[in-house]
Amino acid sequence: MPQQNEVLENTVLAEKVNRYRIFAPEIASHRKAGQFVIIRMDENGERIPLTIADGDAKTGVLTLVVQSVGKSTARMTRLKPGERLLDVVGPLGSPTHIDRFGTVVVIGGGIGIAPAHPIAQALRAAGNKVISILGARTKSLLIMEEDMRRVSDEVVVCTDDGSYGKHGLVTDVLKELIAAQGKPDLVFAIGPVIMMKFVVKLTKEQQIPTLVSLNPIMVDGTGMCGGCRVSVGGETKFACVEGPEFDGLKVDFEELMKRQAFYREQEREAMERFEHECQIGLRV
Amino acid sequence: MSDKLDQNEIERLKGLSNKDRYQIPRQTMPEQDPHERRKNFREVPHGLPPMTAVLEANRCIRCKKPGCVQGCPVGIDIPGFVGLVAAGDFLGGIRKMKETNMLPAICGRVCPQEEQCEKVCVTGKKGKPVAIGRLERFVADWEREQGKMETPLVGKPSGKSVGVVGCGPAGLTVAIDLRRAGHAVTIYEALHAPGGVLMYGIPEFRLPKKIVAAEVDVVSRMGVEIRYDYVVGKLETVDDLLKKHDAIFLGTGAGLPWFMGIPGENLCGVYSANEYLTRSNLMRAYDFPNCDTPIARSKRVAVVGGGNVAMDSARTAVRLGAEEVYLVYRRSETEMPARIEEIHHAKEEGIIFKILHNPVRYIGDDKGRVKQVECVRMELGEPDASGRRRPIVVKGSEFLIDVDTVVVAIGNGPNPLVPRTTRGLDVDPKKGTVMTDLNTMRTSKKGVFAGGDIAIGAATVILAMGHGRKAARSINHYLETGVWDIKYLPGEEPKTEQPEAKGQ
Repeated sequence: MPQQNEVLENTVLAEKVNRYRIFAPEIASHRKAGQFVIIRMDENGERIPLTIADGDAKTGVLTLVVQSVGKSTARMTRLKPGERLLDVVGPLGSPTHIDRFGTVVVIGGGIGIAPAHPIAQALRAAGNKVISILGARTKSLLIMEEDMRRVSDEVVVCTDDGSYGKHGLVTDVLKELIAAQGKPDLVFAIGPVIMMKFVVKLTKEQQIPTLVSLNPIMVDGTGMCGGCRVSVGGETKFACVEGPEFDGLKVDFEELMKRQAFYREQEREAMERFEHECQIGLRV
Repeated sequence: MSDKLDQNEIERLKGLSNKDRYQIPRQTMPEQDPHERRKNFREVPHGLPPMTAVLEANRCIRCKKPGCVQGCPVGIDIPGFVGLVAAGDFLGGIRKMKETNMLPAICGRVCPQEEQCEKVCVTGKKGKPVAIGRLERFVADWEREQGKMETPLVGKPSGKSVGVVGCGPAGLTVAIDLRRAGHAVTIYEALHAPGGVLMYGIPEFRLPKKIVAAEVDVVSRMGVEIRYDYVVGKLETVDDLLKKHDAIFLGTGAGLPWFMGIPGENLCGVYSANEYLTRSNLMRAYDFPNCDTPIARSKRVAVVGGGNVAMDSARTAVRLGAEEVYLVYRRSETEMPARIEEIHHAKEEGIIFKILHNPVRYIGDDKGRVKQVECVRMELGEPDASGRRRPIVVKGSEFLIDVDTVVVAIGNGPNPLVPRTTRGLDVDPKKGTVMTDLNTMRTSKKGVFAGGDIAIGAATVILAMGHGRKAARSINHYLETGVWDIKYLPGEEPKTEQPEAKGQ
């Protein structure tokens, strides 16, 4: 029997993107689509929110797909099977509202494909026609294509540089899709804020209901700090408890991007220091 | 004064008359120089040296009807423990203390004694009251520093089990008392550390975290199981927990930060006090980059509010290196809810008090970072519902203060996570508190008790502990009898029957 929070597997899926399988049976059995966890590496570690890519109640295995963007996520990439995360808290956030909407387009951009997976899965199980659009900068960065094919009726892949699938952005694909098949009943967009912003720009024009999943900076993840506040339709919401999913047509993406950038200077310093420590052998 | 006990002096003090005792001045507690402490997070007061504590304890005249005991929410035998300190018997003093209070090092530091035990101290009627809080802290520190922290006896296993939600002051107190009664206790804590507000809210310089850890350690040694990272309402609900336990206590606190709803509040650099303090205290952002969690590197900070949390935030900002820290409060200093000691310490550390001021909006730069706060001046009008004079805006008094960080410390509401996910739990629609009968700490849901801030809204550590104590008695009664619908606990009925109100 593995230990609580033990890393069972750490696989590189793409450049700077790893899949972790963690033994966290209670979370694995309680989690629902759309929820996330907060993890902490060690005593001095920060609390980082990570979306849940999958969870298996039978085996107790929780799957996280994480992009290495800063010191904490860079450290995660060095985790070996058998090692433990100090803390895994969750499941946090409100689950996705799953209903029979009709035709749903699920858009996953980059690392956003991982949290899109359980949502597509749940939507399809509820009887929706799921069309997934997967976007990546380039072919080597595309993840979970097979997983998404298994839970979608149709999958369209696109890359910014044309190295795989269609040449173009997810918004280009969505436009073509609408032209060919008509308007879907719902669009679900998860990915970089800039991508969600442009998806919403399009769906707003077309008046298509759109949900987005946001990933602002947060500390506790239980509604206590308010660091994750986002403006939705002129109201302030705490993404950790009232989200992370919101009506995309109402989200203030500009504010979100600015808030996400607030600690960039410190993040860069921490990363530089970490890389230096790795180079001089302080970290093995 | 020496650290050694001077037996001759103790004997001499024993023989003093009450008149002599009144002549002894209240002993001061040495503390870090304000200029020095502005630069560090170490505790401000150093504590009383042993013979100073003995002298202070001898100021107590051991009156026949000690009001101080009534003034204490957990009913500590104050003359009892103070008398033992006066005789130099510190071990006896701490044992007496722990009959009623298992967290004295915490209470001795954060209780508002001037509003409680010391307020009604008879010695205080003629001069300054006995420094009960400092003596409480003294015996607790003495025990810990001697390495003699005793684990209290636990009761014979009762076969019953209680789940406690939240490891703050209320939850810890209820857990201790229930273990003493022999029940199995599991505490479910959402964060990765124990203590609740003691850990995330109150700064290191006011309550060192190793002291919280030491007192919580005793709770663990009593056999209380603490499950960290356990978010009740998300992982399992209270209804789920009721299947595993015979009773549940909710001590989830006031964790929901309030904002004012004024323009610019979502600019970068505008924090809730909860976030600012959690980053600095729980996550130790003051030690960045040794610790991973960042916090704003501020030069000019405005803290909004006048309570202890506002003082803690302002004093934290100073220590994080801010050059100018403003405390913006809409009423006058007389109405400030903060403890006088905290206000005094904040002023000593150079916090600039902008009383009778209120922010009306925040102005940002092109990166969305706060750069100015627009304030108005206020004046006091007629008393409002709280009995305090209502602050009124002085027309045309708008002006700007340059800031790079704002900390909003205007209060917290109860954390809604548990109330929202528990069936049949009545919640005050206005305040968001769990409706709790304060005579029995029972909620509308059978088997579920509540106490502390979740029951009454943001209050103090010691009130939460008082609730925990009462809830434990009530839980014991429920587990023994199975009776849920009671108005009072046995022996706590009001002395005279209240006559029925007529014609209303």
